[in-house]
Amino acid sequence: MPQSLLSSYQKKTDRFDEMLAEDGSVRPAWQPFLAHLDAATPEQMRHRVDYVRRRILENGVTYNVYADLKGADRPWELDPLPLILSTGEWQELTSAVTQRARLLNAVLKDLYGPQELLKNGSLPPALVFGHNNFLWPCQGVRPAGDIYLHLCAVDLARSPDGRWWVIADRTQAPSGAGYALENRTIIGRVFPEQFRDLHVQHLASFFRQLQDSLAYWAAPASEAPLIVLLTPGPYNETYFEHAYLARYLGFPLVEGHDLTVRGDCVYMRTLSGLRRVHAILRRLDDDYCDPLELRGNSALGVPGLLQAVRAGKVLVANALGSGLLESAALPGFLPGACEKLLGEPLAMPSVATWWCGEQAALEFTIEHLDKLVIKGSYPSQRFDPVFGNELIGSPREEMIARLKTRPQAYVAQELVNFSEAPTWSTRHDRHLLPRGVGLRVFVAATPSGYVVMPGGLTRVSAASNARVISMQRGGSSKDTWVLTDQAVNTFSLLKHSVGKADLVRGGRNLSSRVVENLYWFGRYAERTDKTSRLLRVALSRLVDTGADILPALTSAFDLCRALQLLPAVSEAETGSPTKIGPPAPELSLEAQLLAAVCGKESGEGLAGDIRRLLWVATQVRERFSLDNWHAINRLQQQLQRYAKTVAEVGQPELSEVLAFLDQVLLVSSSLAGFAMDNMTRDDGWRFLIIGRRIERLVFLANTVAQFLLLDSTRAAGSLEWLLELTDSIITYRSRYMTQPQVLPTLDLIVFDEGNPHSVAFQLQILVRYLDNLTRLLGGPRDQALRQELARLQGFDLGRFEGQSFSECRACDPCLALAAILGEVSLAAATLSDRLAMRYFSHVSDVSRPTLTS
Amino acid sequence: MIAVNPSAARYHIVHETIYSYDSPVSLSRQLLHLTPRECAWQRCLAHQISVAPEVTTARERHDCFGNPVRELTIEFPHDSLSVRAESTIEVLPHLPVDALTVLMGGATTNAGEARPPQPASSPRYLRASPAWETVRDALAYGSRPVLLDASCFQFESPYVRVKREFAAYARPCFTPGRPVLEAVQALMSRIYNEFEFDPEATTVATPVLEVLAEKRGVCQDFAHLMLSCLRSQGLAARYVSGYLLTHPPPGKPRMVGADASHAWVSVYCPGLEGGRWVDFDPTNNLLPDTQHITLAWGRDFSDVSPLRGVILGGDAHELDVAVTVTPVSETCAEAAAVNASQP
Repeated sequence: MPQSLLSSYQKKTDRFDEMLAEDGSVRPAWQPFLAHLDAATPEQMRHRVDYVRRRILENGVTYNVYADLKGADRPWELDPLPLILSTGEWQELTSAVTQRARLLNAVLKDLYGPQELLKNGSLPPALVFGHNNFLWPCQGVRPAGDIYLHLCAVDLARSPDGRWWVIADRTQAPSGAGYALENRTIIGRVFPEQFRDLHVQHLASFFRQLQDSLAYWAAPASEAPLIVLLTPGPYNETYFEHAYLARYLGFPLVEGHDLTVRGDCVYMRTLSGLRRVHAILRRLDDDYCDPLELRGNSALGVPGLLQAVRAGKVLVANALGSGLLESAALPGFLPGACEKLLGEPLAMPSVATWWCGEQAALEFTIEHLDKLVIKGSYPSQRFDPVFGNELIGSPREEMIARLKTRPQAYVAQELVNFSEAPTWSTRHDRHLLPRGVGLRVFVAATPSGYVVMPGGLTRVSAASNARVISMQRGGSSKDTWVLTDQAVNTFSLLKHSVGKADLVRGGRNLSSRVVENLYWFGRYAERTDKTSRLLRVALSRLVDTGADILPALTSAFDLCRALQLLPAVSEAETGSPTKIGPPAPELSLEAQLLAAVCGKESGEGLAGDIRRLLWVATQVRERFSLDNWHAINRLQQQLQRYAKTVAEVGQPELSEVLAFLDQVLLVSSSLAGFAMDNMTRDDGWRFLIIGRRIERLVFLANTVAQFLLLDSTRAAGSLEWLLELTDSIITYRSRYMTQPQVLPTLDLIVFDEGNPHSVAFQLQILVRYLDNLTRLLGGPRDQALRQELARLQGFDLGRFEGQSFSECRACDPCLALAAILGEVSLAAATLSDRLAMRYFSHVSDVSRPTLTS
Repeated sequence: MIAVNPSAARYHIVHETIYSYDSPVSLSRQLLHLTPRECAWQRCLAHQISVAPEVTTARERHDCFGNPVRELTIEFPHDSLSVRAESTIEVLPHLPVDALTVLMGGATTNAGEARPPQPASSPRYLRASPAWETVRDALAYGSRPVLLDASCFQFESPYVRVKREFAAYARPCFTPGRPVLEAVQALMSRIYNEFEFDPEATTVATPVLEVLAEKRGVCQDFAHLMLSCLRSQGLAARYVSGYLLTHPPPGKPRMVGADASHAWVSVYCPGLEGGRWVDFDPTNNLLPDTQHITLAWGRDFSDVSPLRGVILGGDAHELDVAVTVTPVSETCAEAAAVNASQP
């Protein structure tokens, strides 16, 4: 029996410890879990820690921008040990938190309505009229059921005496519920037996209630209401969560320009036209939501949205204007407001708060600055909390001067000593470290009252004795286990049982933006694949080359140049007379190929294509299955690793480059597999496949045309690599069992309609998909490719008969076939433009505000 | 039949806005603050807004400050948008007689023109107002009664800042114990004397701090500057948008469309008749009376801009705004002249 983990755990005397009671004994709720930890071998725990880290990486859980072109994303931090809360404690906490949600909702109802709290002096007008999240045009707008807050959160902390306090209210569009869910999916698998045996409450029912409640209050609809999740887009720090929740809740993820208001109704732009939207769960801050009536310079919002809300034609959750309550100054006035509005005392206090706009509070603050933390009254101030005891000398005088000049903009709060909970040390084998924890609890409105998510997001401070807990400052997080002595609850549905129609959302709800991104995902995926393949052909010939340059290397290299994959030749090299100076040294073949893999600029070369692929993937992240996403993530990691090597050593070893290309091709083939086998056949999928086929068609047509035109391809070994490049070498060998010859090779990769890597195959399949699209979405039939196919089929391959390819030099049949293939490639490119015009063009149009004086 | 007040002024106002777009606009939503609001001293005798092309939807309502707004949408492609608001307004004198001594001579709007000399001393009306500190304290949190209608105009708004710089600029005018309206008048005069009217110097996006530093701008800038100073002193003051009768040079006819919309400020003063708002025009250094026609008021320009819209498409556009304010007596005279000249 190894030494107990407790023997090295340092409980502090001035803080509450979540696991240990005052006398050092283990709290009952923690006993079974700790006993299990004590019994676990270091091996087991290493596996667990490893599992957590891998899942986070693979799922791409991030807190900020994903697939940033500069690679600045930061993975989410998650401690394997949950925070455990007993049944009794949770019940108390639940009733206090639901009361707070009721109260905050009532405050909003008052402030956007009769404003009694202002008239009777319970609340200073400065905190409302001076707050830039008080949305003036929303006054008098009453949401369905008078519900302003559909999903809100409170940040809680526990003081040394064991009581919970409210640190902050999140009423705008609280983040974290999705992260809590993700934490649960991971940790639930790390400790499956403990999770089950301890009767940990599940989170799913909470989200189902949220779904049903939104549907309940959504604008009246004859069919199932369409609910969307509105995101500011992939640049937002919590975009991961938006995509995650959208997929989990089954809501289309939309950006502002996916929506449009016509008359008084909100519509989503889809391939098949406008679809009415009945409710919007928003993650966009409310003042950005409508450039017509709210913040005029916002390109993120939906012009006319407020009018649609006013007319009762759409539900916006949370209500526009609810950001008003996110003020550090408000909590000081809530006890009074609770008595006035609910007629009951406030159950859970906020941390002691003084609003400096009151003379007495200002004097108190200046006098006790050492014991207080100063915060801004309004979130728009972007004022970082200042700890009074850290202010010495002139900064202190400056702070006091600021307080005196504009007292209403500042709030003083008592310092909070966060309680501590054990975390698993990543540096030791078996070691628990006490760390400060704060709990974000989520509340949802339902027709029968507010309900609390049985769990929450536990945030963990980065260091011991922390005074601030922030994910942005390197903090970590924990799963939150709420125990129950009853059977783990299975939810009851409010409105109706969920039928098949509710679960399976067809492609009709795809926004045009999503479809456009899927199309480009298809194109970039295929481009990455084909470019990698060609570069591998050239590089592997380069590796095989000894002192002499093989003819097959020259021809492969020439093709790369003809397809413009190599870095552009500078003007000096082409002998431009206007440039004076020494001619740039000719880059070696090796250097040119390496630059084609990963150029100096991040957008150049194969690496640039991969980055664009990753970028469009993040735009439609919610459309991919987790496994599919893992593959995309691996690609990202491979690229990062390779780019780092290039940055560090300049020219990597050729074997490393080849290994990188092999990896890329591996991921690329699994992406192709997912596309064929793992995606629902909806309009989005159709466009993805069309994107892939168009890209492959362009590549094949250009490659074969250039191959026929180049001199160097007549040399030995060229037809071999052409077959290798088009993934047709196996078929060729099994059919002919001879050295590659030009006629059967061309037949296989141009004319054979059974070969998925032939030109004719791409044309056939594109014609079929386009016909399907026309049938489903209406519009005229696209005839261009059909004509190209007919021309190709009309070409007499017999013209190559008896020709010796190695001896001919751009002879008649070569020129003729190259010309047809050139036209095919052009037709494919113009088809792409036509698709964009017809199905995507309106997406790039952005609304612009205008103003006259 | 409308009874005519002998000292009332009547105006016919045409406010025309034309957008010409380089490429078609497919969707347009516009909020119009072009309908003059009813006030105790102002009646709207006739009003009409015509729009081309024909709108898809139109709706009238009042905004949260009680101003009439019209909201319209055009949901089909169009190359231009023209909005013509025509109003006949009667304005009654509403300044106490002795305050009228401040009113002198011609006036300036955005269109430029002559500036009157500064008045020699403030009238009794202004001197009789309560000390400015008293007003500030009455508006502070904790004081009773709660003056909610005033305190909505007491804090920062998109174009108005509450900052030390503005408080410092206002301070010389706000000497201890000075009657509030006299102090405000002194501030108005200071702005009038130290700032230059310059339509080229600023745009609607110029921050008010920059106006303070550069000391030039147009009526909106002066109004925002004065509001910033007043609110930084803890007072409540609102932005008034409207029109002003300008005087053509002697012997010249009134030019159609030569005017522009105008803006000034209104300060809350408790005590006077149980609390009232008093207008100040820093662009012309005068107390508005029957030559100012009120259109709407709000916290600042953003609340009451005449046309605020969002368009889809359109590329670049050209904007033409023409305002003509004509005294109704003149329109009668013109009509008579036209009749007389006909055979």
